[in-house]
Amino acid sequence: MSEASAPEECKPSLARGLWALTRRELKKWLNDPVMLVMFVLQPLIWMGLLGKSMNIGGLFSANNINLQGPIPIPSNAVISPPVPPGTTVFLNGTLLSQMIDEMGSSIMQNTFGVTDYFSFMAIGMVSMIVMTTTMFSGMSIVWDRRLGFLDKVISTPVSRAAIIFAKILNATFRAMFQATVILALAYLLGLQFSSTFTPLNLLGVYAAIFLLGVGLSSVFIAFSIRSTRMERPMQFVSLITMPLMFASNTFFPVNLMPDWMQAIAKVNPLTYLTDAIRRLTILPMDATALILDFTYLGLFAAVLATIGIVLAWRYLTR
Amino acid sequence: MTDEVIKAENLTKIFNRSLVAVDHVTFSVREGEIFGFLGPNGAGKTTTINMLITVLKPTEGTASVLGFDIVKQANEVRKVIGVVPQEYTADEDLTGYENIMLCADLYGIPRDIAKKRALELLELVELTEFKDKRVETYSGGMRRRLELACGLINRPKVLFLDEPTLGLDVQTRAATWEYIRRLKKEYGMTLFMTTHYLEEADALCDRIAIIDHGKIIVTGSPSELKDSLGGDIITITIKENADVTDIIKSIENVKEVREENGAYRVKTAKGEATAPLIIEALRRKGFTVTRLSLTEPTLNEVYLEYTGRAIRDMEESRESFIAQRITLRRARGR
Repeated sequence: MSEASAPEECKPSLARGLWALTRRELKKWLNDPVMLVMFVLQPLIWMGLLGKSMNIGGLFSANNINLQGPIPIPSNAVISPPVPPGTTVFLNGTLLSQMIDEMGSSIMQNTFGVTDYFSFMAIGMVSMIVMTTTMFSGMSIVWDRRLGFLDKVISTPVSRAAIIFAKILNATFRAMFQATVILALAYLLGLQFSSTFTPLNLLGVYAAIFLLGVGLSSVFIAFSIRSTRMERPMQFVSLITMPLMFASNTFFPVNLMPDWMQAIAKVNPLTYLTDAIRRLTILPMDATALILDFTYLGLFAAVLATIGIVLAWRYLTR
Repeated sequence: MTDEVIKAENLTKIFNRSLVAVDHVTFSVREGEIFGFLGPNGAGKTTTINMLITVLKPTEGTASVLGFDIVKQANEVRKVIGVVPQEYTADEDLTGYENIMLCADLYGIPRDIAKKRALELLELVELTEFKDKRVETYSGGMRRRLELACGLINRPKVLFLDEPTLGLDVQTRAATWEYIRRLKKEYGMTLFMTTHYLEEADALCDRIAIIDHGKIIVTGSPSELKDSLGGDIITITIKENADVTDIIKSIENVKEVREENGAYRVKTAKGEATAPLIIEALRRKGFTVTRLSLTEPTLNEVYLEYTGRAIRDMEESRESFIAQRITLRRARGR
C-alpha cells in the first residue's frame, strides 16, 4: 500500500472547489477566440442597428415637419393680444420649429427621463443581454450531465454547493463581461452620462447585474439539470425572453403601457435592473428609487437562488 | 477488521418506481483483487457502480466501501475511491494537465503535492508529451489513459472502472489492460470493474460476477467458472438422422449431452481422450461422424451456460450506443 494515505491529505473546501469549477468554465470561453469575438459582435450589431434605427428623438423634432413659409393660424384660435376679426395671422417658421424642438425635448424628457432615446435604449440593451446570457449559460449543465462530467464531479468529495455555485458564477461573470462591452460601445456611440455619474457608480451597476444574474441563472440551472436534452430549456428561454423584455421598461417606459402590462412590468425583475442601471448612469441620482430597486433585486436573487439551489441539490443527491 | 474492501448486501435500485435496474445484489470484494462485473448492456452494471461511488442512492439494501457506508458516510467514501467512468469525461477545451489539476482541486489535494503527482501520473500513462495539448486533439486511447490518471490523483485505495475499454480497438484495449495492471501494481489498489467483453474479464479479473437483468447469476474466478462447466465441450455432427444421445451418454467421462441445431454438444472431462471413444462407439452402432470439434471452455461458454444466450447478441446495440456518444461529443464542439 502506498505510504501517503488519501483521507488525511484530502481537504476538499468549498472555496477551492468553487474556484476550480468556475475557472474551468471561464477558461472554456476565454480560450476560444471565436466565442469571444461573437460575444463582442452580438451587442455591437444590436446596438448599431436597433439603437440607431429607432430614432425616436427625431420623431419629435422640427426636421420631421414640413415647414415652408409662414403658417396661417386658424381664425377661431384664441390669440393674445386679440386681433380684429378677419385678420390673417402668420407664424414665423423659424420660431415655430424652435417651439416644436422645445416641445419635443420636453416630451422626450418626460417620457424617457433623458432627451436622447439612444442612451435610454442602450441601458435597456444591457439588461437584455444580462438576461439572455445568464439563461443560456446555466444550460451548459445539460452537457455536463450528458457527457458524464457531472457524475464524475459528484463522485468526488467536492461540496455539492460548489457544483451549483460555479455554474451560477460563470453565468453571472459572462453577463457582467457582456454588459461592460455594451456600456463601452454605447459610450463610443454617443451615450450621455448624467451629471451625477461617477466611475464609482459602475460598481453599483455590477452589483445590480450580479443580483439579477444569480437569481435568473439559479432557476435555469435547476430547470436544466433535470432535462436530458438541450431543446427543452432552449424552448423555455425563447418563450420567456420576449415577454420579459417587452413587459418591462427595457425599451419603453412602463407608465405609457396599458394597466395589465404595467402590472406585469412592476413585478418583472428586469424593470428593476434597468431602472437601477439607468439611475446609476444616465439619470440624475435618486437614492430612494435606487434603494427600492436594489431591495427588489436582492429579494429576487435570494428567493430564486434558494429555490434553484434546493431543486438542484435534490437532483445531485438523487 | 476484515479484508473485505467492498461489501454489498441486497443492493437494489429501482428507477421511477417500476424499472428494476439492480435487483437485490449481494457480493463482496477482497483487498487487492480485481473484481469484475460481467454482463450485457442494461444488466445493471453501471447502476451498481454508480451506487458504490455515491452518485446514486440505493432504493434498498446497503453497501460499504472500506467500512464506510455509501449513504451515511458518502463523503468518506468519495475521499478514498477513484473513479474512471465509462464516458470520456475530461473537458475537451482544457489540456490534459489542466484536467488532472481540476480533479486535484475537487479532491482538495494540496497544490504542490498535486502538481508533482499529476506529472508523475502523466508519465505513467505516457501522456507527458501531450500534457499541454487540448483534450479534443487526443485519440480514444489517450483519453482513456487520461481518465485513468484523473481517477488516481487522490491515490485511491479502491478504483472503480466502468467499462474501461469501451469503444477502443483491440490493440488499444490490450494496451489499456497493461496500464491497468501496471497501475494496480504500482499503487496496490483494489479494483472494481464492469465489462461486457469476455476476453477483458478473463484477462484482467481475479474474480468475476456474471450479472444479468439486475441479478448476480454466479460468482467465481474465471478458472473456477470454466471448471464449473465440467470440462471440455465436444461438438459432433453425424450423417444419419437419428437420436444418438443415449449412446454418447453411456461413454465414460461424458457429463451431459444436448442437441443443438442438429449437432450434439457434449460436456466432458478429458476431452482429448473422450473424443476418439465417442467416434468409435458411434461407428460400432453404424453411425458416421461427419464433423467433430473440441473446445476448452472459455468465458463465452460460461456465459452461455449461465445466461442461456451468447453475450455477442448484445454487442450490436452497444456499438450503436458508442456511435451515438461520439456524435454527441462532436455536437458539443461549439
